[in-house]
Amino acid sequence: MADPLLSVRDLVVEFPTRRGTLRALDRVSFDIMPGEVLGMVGESGAGKSITGAAIIGLIEPPGRIAGGEIRLKGERIDTLRPEALRRIRGKRIGMVFQDPLTSLNPLYTVAQQLIETIRTHIDCSEAEARKRAVALLDRVGIPAAARRIDDYPHHFSGGMRQRVVIALALCAEPELVIADEPTTALDVSVQSQIIEVLKDICAERGAAVMLITHDMGVIAETADRVAVLYAGRVAEIGPVREVITEALHPYTRGLMGSIPTLTQESDRLVQIPGAMPRLNAIPQGCAFNPRCDRAFAPCFTDRPELLALAGGRQVACWLHDTAKAQEVPHG
Amino acid sequence: MIAFIIRRLLQSVIVMIAVAAVSFTLFRFVGDPINSMVGQETSIADRQALRDSLGLNDPIVLQFGRFLGNALQGEFGISYRLQMPVTELILQRLPATVELALVSGLLAFVLGLSLGVYTALRRRGVLSNIIMTASLIGVSLPTFLIGVLLIWVFAVELRWLPSNGRGEVVALGDCWSTGLLTHSGRLALILPAITLGLYQMTLIMRLVRAEMLEVLRADYIKFARARGLSARAVNFGHALKNTLVPVITITGLQLGSIIAFAIITETVFNWPGVGALFINSVRFVDVPVMAAYLMMIALIFVVINLIVDLLYYAVDPRLRVDRAGKAH
Repeated sequence: MADPLLSVRDLVVEFPTRRGTLRALDRVSFDIMPGEVLGMVGESGAGKSITGAAIIGLIEPPGRIAGGEIRLKGERIDTLRPEALRRIRGKRIGMVFQDPLTSLNPLYTVAQQLIETIRTHIDCSEAEARKRAVALLDRVGIPAAARRIDDYPHHFSGGMRQRVVIALALCAEPELVIADEPTTALDVSVQSQIIEVLKDICAERGAAVMLITHDMGVIAETADRVAVLYAGRVAEIGPVREVITEALHPYTRGLMGSIPTLTQESDRLVQIPGAMPRLNAIPQGCAFNPRCDRAFAPCFTDRPELLALAGGRQVACWLHDTAKAQEVPHG
Repeated sequence: MIAFIIRRLLQSVIVMIAVAAVSFTLFRFVGDPINSMVGQETSIADRQALRDSLGLNDPIVLQFGRFLGNALQGEFGISYRLQMPVTELILQRLPATVELALVSGLLAFVLGLSLGVYTALRRRGVLSNIIMTASLIGVSLPTFLIGVLLIWVFAVELRWLPSNGRGEVVALGDCWSTGLLTHSGRLALILPAITLGLYQMTLIMRLVRAEMLEVLRADYIKFARARGLSARAVNFGHALKNTLVPVITITGLQLGSIIAFAIITETVFNWPGVGALFINSVRFVDVPVMAAYLMMIALIFVVINLIVDLLYYAVDPRLRVDRAGKAH
C-alpha cells in the first residue's frame, strides 16, 4: 500500500471557554491517499469543518490543536511556524469554502485575485500568471474566460462564483483540496455541475480531495472512501459503497436509513431518536450510547477505539470487537 | 456615471437653496436691520426712505430672489460691524481656517487610520488596550478643555509652543496667506491642529478598528488566508480596502465639521480664522457675515459630500452601475 498523502493521528482540538474546555475534536484519525476523494460526513457540529480548518492551520483562536499530529507526505505540518504553514496553504493544500457569494473579495476583479494568488506561490511574470488564470477559468467552465476574467465577483452568478473559487483554490496546483460543503449554498440545479468540475479537475491533476458535506448523495457519487464523524469522533471509515450498503456502526446505519431513495418502498424514513450531545455533555464510553438501540454494558463505560477490519474498513464500536461482543446478550 | 453626477449636482443645488432660505430669514428674525444702521434720533420718515431705498419693502420672494442673485455672485453685502464687504472679509480669514482644518484633518486621518488598523490587528495586545483606553479620553473631553490643557502644558509650563495667534504669515499670490512656510507659523499651528483633530482622530480610529474587526471575520478574508496569501497582503490589500468604504464617508463628513466647528478651537487659540469672525459677528448681530458664513459652510459640506460619493465609485466597483449590464 502506498504512503498516505495526508495522515491525521489522534487529532484533538479544544476551545477553552469560561465554563471549561470544549473538545471539538477528540482523537480523530484518518488517512487520505494521493488522488483519493475522501468524503467526510456528520451532523452539524460533529467537527467536520473544524477538521478541515485544523489541517490547513486556520482554527480561529482561542481554539487550538491540543494533541495528535497531522502529516503531509510524512512531514509534520501541525507544528510548523505560521510562515512555513502559510506557504503550504494554497500551494500544497487548497481550500474551497461553503458560500461562494462571500468567499471572493468584492473590491478586486477575478483576475486580480487569481494573479495575486498564483504569484504568491509560483515564481512567474504577471502576464504568465494571467495566462494561467485564463486557462484555469476556462477549465472550470467559465464561458468567455478571457473576457470575463476582468469582471468583479458581483458580475457572476453563485454557481459561476463557486467555479472561480475552485479555480482560486487550485491555481497553485495543490496536492490536496479541502472542500468544505462546496455546494450547500448553491441551487440544486448547479450543485452537481460544481461537484463534477471539482472532481474532474482534481482527478486530472492527481489532487486528493477531502469533501466535507452532509449530503450523502454527493458522497455516494463522488467519494472513494467516507469517514463518518459523530460528536468530534470518527465513528466509521470505509470504502463508500460498503459503508452505504452495509454500515457497521449503528450511527452510520441510522444515517443511511434516513436517506430517501426512489427504489425502496417505505412509508417512513428511519429516524435516529434524540440529538447529538452537546460538546460539554458527551456521555462516558461511546458518545452515541444514549441514542443507540444496540448499546450494551461496555458502551457505557469504555470509549471504543477505531478497529481495523477486513477490506480497509474501520469502525469505533464495541459490537465489532470480538472480545467484547461475546458479552452481547442477543445480537 | 455622468447621469449620477448630474443628479447629485441637482440635489446639491436644492440643498444650497434651502440653506440660502434659512440664511435669508436670519435677516428677518434677528431684528430690524434699519435699527442697527441708523442712530436713535433718525425720524420715522427717514427710516421709511432708507427702507425703500434698500428694497426692504418689496415682496419677500423678490427680496429672496435678489439675495440669491447676489449670493451667486459672491455678494453678501457689507458687514454692519466692520464696514467691509463680507466676501472680502471671509476670504481674508479663510486661509487660516482652511490650513488649520486640513492639517488637523490629515493628522486625524493618518493617525486614526494607523492606530485603528494597529488596534484591530493586535486586538489583545497591551499597547492596543492602552490606546483604546486613551481614545476614550479623546472622545469624551470637550475640545476647549483639551485646548486649554495643551496651552497650559506646552505654552505656559514648558514654553515650547506659542499659545495663540498664527505666527508669521507669507502671502501667496493675492488671496492666500500661509503660515506653513515660516517657522513660527508652523509652531503656532501645532497646538490648534492637535486640539481640533484629536476628537476626529479618536473617532476615525474607533471606526476603523470596528470596521476592520468586522471585515477580518469575513469569508473572503478566511479564503484569502486559506490561499496562503501573506499576512501583509491579507491585512492591507484585502481587509483594509474593504474597511475604507465606510471610513471614507465619515472622514469626509468630519472634514466638513472640522471646518464648521473650528469656531471653538479658533476662539481658544485666538486663531484669526472664519470661526473667530463668526463668533464675533454673533456677538454684534452682524447678520450679513452670519448669513455668508452659513452659506459657506453649507457649500463646503455639499462639495465634500460630492467628493465622497465620487471616492466611493473609485473604491467600490459594485457601485459602478454602468457595468451592471454585464451581470447575469
